[in-house]
Amino acid sequence: MAGTTPAWRHWIGEFLGLLIGLAALITVFGLTTDHFLSGTHLRTIANQIPSAVLVATGMTCVLILGQIDLSVGSVLGFAGAMLGVAMTRWHLPLPLAVALALAVGAICGAFNGLVSMRWRLPTFIVTLGMLEMARGAAHAVTGSQTQYIGSAVGRLADASILGFSLPFLVALVVVVATHILMVKTVFGRYTVAIGTNEEAARLSGIDPRGVKLSVFIGTGVLSALAAVIDTSRFQAANPNAGLGLELNAIAAAVIGGTSLMGGRGSVLRTFLGVVIIAVLNSGLAAIGAKDEIKRLITGAVIIAAVIVDVYRQRGVRRPA
Amino acid sequence: MSPAPAPSHPAPVVRLRGVGKTYATRVLDGIDLDLFPGEVHALVGENGAGKSTLCRILSGLTPATDGGMELNGQPYRPRSKRDGEGAGVHMVMQELNLIGTLSVAENIFLDHLPHRAGWIDFPKLYQRATEVLDRIGMRDLDPRTTVDQLGVGPQQMVEIAASLWRQCRILILDEPTAALTEPEVKQLFEQIRNLRAAGVAILYISHRLEEIRQIADRISILRDGRLVGTQPAASLTLDEIVRRMVGRELGAESFAEGRTAGAVALSVRHLRRGHQVRDVSFDAHRGEILGFAGLMGSGRTETMRAIFGADQPDAGDVFLHGNSQPSRFRSPREAVQSGLALLNEDRKAQGLFLSLGIRENLTINALHRLSGFGGWLRRSDETSVVRSWIDKLAVRCHSPDQGIVELSGGNQQKVIVARWLFRDCDILIFDEPTRGVDIGARFEIYHLLADLAAQGKAVIVVSSDLLELMSLCDRIAVMSAGRLAATFRRGEWTQDKIMAAALSEHLAPTRATAASA
Repeated sequence: MAGTTPAWRHWIGEFLGLLIGLAALITVFGLTTDHFLSGTHLRTIANQIPSAVLVATGMTCVLILGQIDLSVGSVLGFAGAMLGVAMTRWHLPLPLAVALALAVGAICGAFNGLVSMRWRLPTFIVTLGMLEMARGAAHAVTGSQTQYIGSAVGRLADASILGFSLPFLVALVVVVATHILMVKTVFGRYTVAIGTNEEAARLSGIDPRGVKLSVFIGTGVLSALAAVIDTSRFQAANPNAGLGLELNAIAAAVIGGTSLMGGRGSVLRTFLGVVIIAVLNSGLAAIGAKDEIKRLITGAVIIAAVIVDVYRQRGVRRPA
Repeated sequence: MSPAPAPSHPAPVVRLRGVGKTYATRVLDGIDLDLFPGEVHALVGENGAGKSTLCRILSGLTPATDGGMELNGQPYRPRSKRDGEGAGVHMVMQELNLIGTLSVAENIFLDHLPHRAGWIDFPKLYQRATEVLDRIGMRDLDPRTTVDQLGVGPQQMVEIAASLWRQCRILILDEPTAALTEPEVKQLFEQIRNLRAAGVAILYISHRLEEIRQIADRISILRDGRLVGTQPAASLTLDEIVRRMVGRELGAESFAEGRTAGAVALSVRHLRRGHQVRDVSFDAHRGEILGFAGLMGSGRTETMRAIFGADQPDAGDVFLHGNSQPSRFRSPREAVQSGLALLNEDRKAQGLFLSLGIRENLTINALHRLSGFGGWLRRSDETSVVRSWIDKLAVRCHSPDQGIVELSGGNQQKVIVARWLFRDCDILIFDEPTRGVDIGARFEIYHLLADLAAQGKAVIVVSSDLLELMSLCDRIAVMSAGRLAATFRRGEWTQDKIMAAALSEHLAPTRATAASA
């Protein structure tokens, strides 16, 4: 408990539990199936997670702020739908269509932030409304039809550098950049402070509104970016894309030790949370578990991870 | 040291032998303490001396690391607060434990609501609550009132009422008067004396030594986790108590010498907000400390919040540094940017970031001074700033990154004071700056405030502690029912004059209603 704990020990304390859990999962699935540890399979997992990583990153920031954004999955669906419609019907060039999709995400996020602040509504309510509205909008613009775009959009997901797909690298960069933003900058410090005690932050002279608005816009943009990646991967925009993703994102954040009460969380640990869920899902599929069993086990893992985190927090605060 | 005998009572109700507690460090060591039925036993000591830990152990909130306790000759090892309460040990804590959305009556009887087949029997509940409130002299309080609607003082009385009706043999009061006005304190003391007469043992913690001299039979002094001694209250002078608490001499210092008031820094004119701020006008000068006295609910805090932009005033103007243009702050942020600082009354709810460290709590509103391009924080600069403030204010901690919750109340307050000092504001409003702060730390904060005034800053101090204001201030403004009743210069004031001014609006109700109509 000395104040001069070396940085590396702090670092290990933060990540050790998650890494052990991940290693245990990989070991178990590696031993029980033939091809789980093969390069192709691991690469498949890596290619599946980028959109979940981006959405969970945004969600983590919102949770640290002491708020919640239930609309991330629907915003992903809406932004993807706009991307599809822009390319198939309006024949916009790819960069313009992507910019449009990102703008849609930003607008949805701004709506969440502005409405909840102007009328002092809980973000739970406002984003629940946005969850319905954005999904409705996605169906409206596409006429509830999946928009098949083809290889024009597919080249984004197919591109790869040093064996990693472009989306995976984008997600990694976003995770690292967001982590640095939260840990090393004034903006991140404000986010944590507001999430811990908004009134104290306001009375000490911080304007929480700018920070809140930025975080919600950022989360909207990340959902839209996830939409671009998913659309590119499937070469099609499905108005039902991202259905229920908000709960996955919250699960990943919570596995990574993010507090739903605000003020505590780490984007890097959320990333590990996403990876753990992905490995678990894909491993369970590999051993032939049925969907209902997968859901049972995934749910149990979420709860177990939080229980472990409770003990970890106790240990950090005060040796009992 | 063996405890001094309490003459009239042969057997102690509680006996502590060698009680100790170790968290990360040893915070309590070898405490021997006897509590006798029918005595008021005061526990004094600086913040961090171990008073609260001792109470937590006694009430069952925290287990002792070593030593033993006996209750009526039987081993007593409470494992929870409920255990302790079952054995008749009740504690009223510094931080209130009431449920704001429930009524006074429901709070008092929360775990023993009278019911029929699961339905709360409200008539019976209210009748019982009225009886209990009656017993503590709170006849006027309607038990159906929602607790949120009460001020801190009445809330505290409700909490005390909640422990009184239970079969309470030992009552622990942790800073019960910190938020009470003088009449409320008198009422409380009357109740304490009644309980004492009924044979209850009362363990009384307070930083207000004057009060302890009034109410306590015996005094135990803690210093750095050890019991310095237990003595009959009559045998100790104030100076002696302070000396033994601090372990060094504290002279009678005045904090108002060697400075002269300069130009007007802050002018408030005809400020109004609801019923609580009614046409308040005053000037605060550079180089002076202006005190605000008044009863609870006299509108001092509300006045300061309206000036600061924390609440929007209905009318009135604020002028800075003699400007003819009024400044109206729509948010605290604008006020802070214009050089105003407000140190809030309610530390936990409005001041602290409880789950963060000293570092984050200290630098939060001056990060622009510690960051470069893109808001990039210069962490090592921040560390040295935080360390220097820890040294300057003698904050007791082992690292700049220690959790703020781990600090004692006084040390937390020091960190918040440091926050505003580091922000370098030139008009500083301190609302109850020493609430729950021990004597040694108080004096340091007084010195700091005096230094700030001497440096030419305008300092405003709102306090319920008259002696504090009288030793600190150059002028004292007295508020009464939302109005500024009087302003006294040093030398003009007496305690009686100030109290009379504080009560003036209450004694002349016709004038108050006529003026507000």
